[in-house]
Amino acid sequence: MTRRLLARVWAFFFRKRRDADLEAELAAHLDFAIEENIERGLSPQEARREALAKIGGMQQAREKHRETRGLMKIDIVMYDLRYTFRTLGRDLGFTIAAVLILALGIGANVAVFSVVNTLLLRPLPFPDSHQLVWIAPPPTKCGLSCATYSTDAYDEFRTGSRSYQDVTGYFAFSTPGNLSLNQNGSIVPATSIDVIANFFQVLGVQPAMGRLLRPEDGLDGAAPVIVLSDAWWRRQFNADPSIVGKTLDINHQQATVVGVLPPSFDFGAVFAPGTKVDAITPLDLYGPPRDWGNIITMIGRTKPGVSLSQAQQDAAAVAPRMCWNNKRPDTCGSYKDGVVPVPLKDYVSGRLRSSLIVLWSAVGMILLIACVNLSNLLLARSTARSKEFAMRAALGASRMRIVGQLLTESFVLSAIGALAGLGLAWFLVYWLAHQGSVALPLLSTLHIDGAALAWTVLIAVVAAVLFGLAPGLRTAAGNLHESLKDTGAGSGQGRRNERFRSVLVVTEVALASVLLVSAGLLLRSFVQVLNVDLGFESTHAAAINAAYDDSVPGDKTGDLTAQKRAVIFQQMIARVEAIPGVQAAGISDYLPLSQNRSWGLPLPKGVTPPKKQIDGPLVYVVTPGFLRAMGTRVRGRDFAWDDGPHGQQVVIINRSYARFLAGLTKWPNNDAVGQTLDNGTPGGLQVIGVADDVHEESTEGDTGWQIYYPQTQAQPSGAQLVVRSTVPPATLANSVLMALRSLNPHQPAAEFRPLQTFVDHANSPRRFFMLMVASFAGLGLLLAAIGIYGVISYTVTRQTQEIGIRMALGATMGRVQRQVLGGTLRLAIIGIALGAAVSLAAAKLISSLLFATSPWDGITYVAVALALLAVAFVAGYLPARRASRIDPMVALRAN
Amino acid sequence: MSPSKLDLLQGTLDLMVLKTLTAMGPLHGYGIARRIEQVSGDEVLLNQGTIYASLVRLEQRGWIASNWGVSGNNRKAKFYAITVAGRQQLEEDSLHWKRLTDVMDRVLDLNNEPGDLPDAEGDPA
Repeated sequence: MTRRLLARVWAFFFRKRRDADLEAELAAHLDFAIEENIERGLSPQEARREALAKIGGMQQAREKHRETRGLMKIDIVMYDLRYTFRTLGRDLGFTIAAVLILALGIGANVAVFSVVNTLLLRPLPFPDSHQLVWIAPPPTKCGLSCATYSTDAYDEFRTGSRSYQDVTGYFAFSTPGNLSLNQNGSIVPATSIDVIANFFQVLGVQPAMGRLLRPEDGLDGAAPVIVLSDAWWRRQFNADPSIVGKTLDINHQQATVVGVLPPSFDFGAVFAPGTKVDAITPLDLYGPPRDWGNIITMIGRTKPGVSLSQAQQDAAAVAPRMCWNNKRPDTCGSYKDGVVPVPLKDYVSGRLRSSLIVLWSAVGMILLIACVNLSNLLLARSTARSKEFAMRAALGASRMRIVGQLLTESFVLSAIGALAGLGLAWFLVYWLAHQGSVALPLLSTLHIDGAALAWTVLIAVVAAVLFGLAPGLRTAAGNLHESLKDTGAGSGQGRRNERFRSVLVVTEVALASVLLVSAGLLLRSFVQVLNVDLGFESTHAAAINAAYDDSVPGDKTGDLTAQKRAVIFQQMIARVEAIPGVQAAGISDYLPLSQNRSWGLPLPKGVTPPKKQIDGPLVYVVTPGFLRAMGTRVRGRDFAWDDGPHGQQVVIINRSYARFLAGLTKWPNNDAVGQTLDNGTPGGLQVIGVADDVHEESTEGDTGWQIYYPQTQAQPSGAQLVVRSTVPPATLANSVLMALRSLNPHQPAAEFRPLQTFVDHANSPRRFFMLMVASFAGLGLLLAAIGIYGVISYTVTRQTQEIGIRMALGATMGRVQRQVLGGTLRLAIIGIALGAAVSLAAAKLISSLLFATSPWDGITYVAVALALLAVAFVAGYLPARRASRIDPMVALRAN
Repeated sequence: MSPSKLDLLQGTLDLMVLKTLTAMGPLHGYGIARRIEQVSGDEVLLNQGTIYASLVRLEQRGWIASNWGVSGNNRKAKFYAITVAGRQQLEEDSLHWKRLTDVMDRVLDLNNEPGDLPDAEGDPA
């Protein structure tokens, strides 16, 4: 059989030679026959006639031969294609409209598919990524400190577990801008992450240049080395091909560049969405970090064949043996039930699953609307061409052949639309990949890949069948004689098509209303999130990472350091507050909605700690004035500069924590202000104020507990200078930097970030999904409007004569308009009702994405219905107006 | 055309062509067509043109081979010859055809002699 197929393909491509062969053969045949007939005594003319008759038609013989020897189907397709291009070229307006609608539908679909594929479907960009697990306790309210492990705990887990090939981790508390690169005298801030030296081996990342980290790089006292990210290498070092081996002046140390990461590995994209990580440095695991407590996030690679539940059982078995600090046996077992591996992929993008599914459905609906619209367009076109088809049928074209021709047209339209859509998707994806501030994982790795191309082909084919089949079958089913006679006005066929078109319009409006309801609900949720009282004022304030050097040589107690630091901070704040337009300034080591940590759970004196492990409050080490600069209200008093190292230790706690503490003991009026908490020192911690609850981890979640220490009595891990101003913060950026540089020439040119950017960053995934769904809803509305307009104006055109007669019989312009508009609105109302029903049924899908909004929110439904009615009214009004302007005389003469 | 002539069953022409080539040796298209007409005693309604579709099909299957040559009366023509595979195919097809006609004969005879039914059942064919 393959032999025959090959021969057929061969014959298909060398038809000229085969045709010549056949001609020669037939000619010979004819000659033989004529000769024989003449021998039988016929006249030459008669001999030729009879020979031809015997052959039974030369043309039929040729056709039959070709059909048998070659690939007739492809011949037909080629013919149909040529014909399609010709007709589409002739009807350019229709072609452009159809391609545009398809390009929008397919482009949006391919772009969203790329997002879904990257975030949800495709494995993480690491070899054997299914083996990678994220190891963390179940969610807690004490932030990063409770999601991380100590060095000793990491060591015990790594050596004690059996299901893992290896375990690695990184330092979770790096602050943005923690590197100061001194490049020829100019100080450039950059961000690096400290990782355990086996980090890249575990993930399976290979260097683009040089090498990545080795175990010896992580030893205490090892020569400083740095691995550059691809982006930073290009941006900061002009893609210097000989960068490996050079030394960089970083944080006053000479660090050797040992390698450059490949473009495919972006630390931020996987582990810290929406942030930019410029370099990777080794974590000095067995140096000072040993005593820093919980600092490491753990990532493991399971052995081949180990299931997740095996890995989880193994982790649970090791957990009780893990100690917070091996020197303190009482801390052993504190990680019990707190070591749970989950697939790394789930950690990275698991939360986005439902958002992505909603997004995917939304974009699928866009494609459906586009198909319905095209179906409508094609139907109108095929009605106009019904005579052409009837003629072809009369000339012997089979029904299949005509449907085939129409389907070919659909496929060609779909293919052109898909090409244009692919271009659109490419732009969209490029734009999305460069939305660096959107906190969605892997977004920067987005690109159109093979899967996206395959998806494009798939939806193009599905779309072509969807929008092409219905009009094709309708046309082919038409009665030949009717079509040839039918002038288009008021015949049975016309009326049947009209009903079908009404169904299409209703479908379109229903789909659009589902989309609009979803978008409306998401929009309302977004507004609700924006209206959340965050506990601080994000507007008119900005923060900058301030560099300072508070080290005092030979300072054993840390008192001198604290005093020096207080002086430095006081000077900084004074300088900055002297800038015109600045209202208040203050310093904290961490800011809300960025990083955090906790130090344990100070309880009122005399209260025995509860048996059950309770997560401690998040700790902020601040200067006086910080809370005022943040706009956080405090009852009681703020810290003062003379709350010194030797004075009474003081703290400010937030309301939720105060309420919790008050529940444990008896305080007058249940008021925490003035009460003392136990921290193991004789004087304890005196609560001097109670601050508002601040949303520290997310804008949407519940607020946890917070405790503020003065920087004179506790060691801060950095300085974020917050400036509140009466003028837009951006205008102050330069003068604030100058003020800091005047005190510390080593101050890097760090970014002066408005607090609003922290809020925006936290809200960015919600904003992203809301905007996407809203733009799809807008697109759906537009397509629906076009659909309504198309159908109604087609109807009006078709009924020109009828309207003319009615107007001649005395119908007023208003009456005609009312009738056309009434028909339009009737379709719209049916569509809206259907859409509302579908939305109500689908409420469950979207409810997990909503914030303080009911999925049955009445206002949204009413607003969507009104918006759609308004659009339907406008789309119907234009043809209605045209109908009412029909001149009866012209209309009656027209046919 | 005379209505009394037989319409060719699908596929029978191929079999006739193969048989003709075995019996006559290499032959051109016209020769094959004439031969079939003669053998059938002009019983078959053969559009001679259709022979070429049959020939190309048989050739693509590798059952016959073709070569341009010169005929007895000095005319250039394409000569077809049966191949080894073609002979094998002819044998199989003839057998199949014979069994089919036997069955048809017996079935058609049934109407005339209903008593023969048990005999027909006993036959393995």
